[in-house]
Amino acid sequence: MAATYEPIATTTLGSSQSSVTFSSISGSYTDLIAVFNGSNDGTTQYFLQVGNGSIDTGSNYSTTVLDGNGSSAASGRYTNDTVGIRADYYATGGGNKKMSIFQLNNYSNSTTYKTVLVRSALPATEVVATVGLWRSTSAINIVRFTCTSGYYETGSTFTLYGIKAA
Amino acid sequence: MTPIISARGGLSSQAYGQFALSGAGGSFESIATVSVGSGGTSYIDFTSIPQTYKHLQIRALLRGQAADTAGQSWIRVNGVTTDSYSWHGIYGTGSSVGTENSEFSSKDAIYSQFRHSSGNSTASVFGVGVCDILDYTSTAKYKTVRTLSGYDSNGSGQVRLYSGMLLSTTNAITTLRIQDQSGSGYAQYSHFALYGIKD
Repeated sequence: MAATYEPIATTTLGSSQSSVTFSSISGSYTDLIAVFNGSNDGTTQYFLQVGNGSIDTGSNYSTTVLDGNGSSAASGRYTNDTVGIRADYYATGGGNKKMSIFQLNNYSNSTTYKTVLVRSALPATEVVATVGLWRSTSAINIVRFTCTSGYYETGSTFTLYGIKAA
Repeated sequence: MTPIISARGGLSSQAYGQFALSGAGGSFESIATVSVGSGGTSYIDFTSIPQTYKHLQIRALLRGQAADTAGQSWIRVNGVTTDSYSWHGIYGTGSSVGTENSEFSSKDAIYSQFRHSSGNSTASVFGVGVCDILDYTSTAKYKTVRTLSGYDSNGSGQVRLYSGMLLSTTNAITTLRIQDQSGSGYAQYSHFALYGIKD
C-alpha cells in the first residue's frame, strides 16, 4: 500500500517569532496533523489559527480544555474567541519546553465546522487535552501557530503532516 | 503543493521533508474508510482487518442522530458481547472534571470511547476522535485501546481521554464495530478511517 502519512512542511526558528504560518495547503489529504515542539516566552498561552485563503481572526473559535497540573485537574471553556484554538491552559515561563499535536480531521470538507483535537505536554507545569471548534464550513488551507502578544523562542520546531485515507 | 512558511516578523521561506513523529512516512497505511451518506448509518464495521501491521489507529469525524445535544460511542472487538470489557476515562466539560469507569455501565463493548455531537447539537458541529489499538495481532496480550475525543459547540462540549480493554480473550483483533450508544446511528458526513502502522 502507498504511504499515507506524509510530511508537508517544517520549519525551525532561527530567531524568535510571534507566529509561524503554513499556507497553500493542499486539499488532497484526509486529515492534517500540526506539531509544535519548543518553547515560548510564556507571556500568553499559545494557539492555532486557521482559515481559507487567509487566517480567520474573527470571533469564530471556541475551545474546551482539560488540564492537570500535578496537584489538581481543571476544565475551562473559551467562546467566541479570536485568538484561535487553545493548546494550553496557563501561560508559563519562557524557556520551558512544550509540545503540542493538533489533529485536524477532515480539514478540507466544505460541509462541517472544523473540530480540532489537541494534546499538549508542558512538563514543567501541566498536561493538557483540548477540543476546539472553528465555526466555518470552509476548507482549511492555511494554519498559523501564534502566541498573540508573546513569541516562540529560537529553536522551536513546527511541522505539518498530511494523512490520506483510502 | 508549494508549502510556504512565513512568520510575523518577516520570515518567509519554502520547506520540504523532515518529519519527526513515529508512524510517519511509509509505515502508516490506510486500511479502510467509511463515509456516511444521506440517511446516516446505524454503526460502523471494520471487518477482515489485515494481520500485517503492528498497531491500528481509528480516526473519526462523527455526529450522532439521536435527539440529544451530545452523544458517545462504544467500540466492540471481534463481535464479543459477553461481559468482557473494562474501561476508565477522564473528561472535561468546560466547567468541571469527571471520571468514569466500567463499574457504571454495561460491559458488552468498550463504552464511552468517543464523545461527539448529536442530532440536537448546533448544526454542522461534529466530534472528532483518534483511537490507538496496540499489538492487535498478539495472541499473548489482552487488547488495550486509547482514545482522545471530543466536540466543542461554542458554549458546550467535552474533551475526554479514555482507555479500555477486552478481558475475555487474547485473540488477535479481526473486526471492530463502532456504534453510538443511543442506537440511533451516525449522521451524514460522519467519516471513519482505519489505519495500520508497521514496525
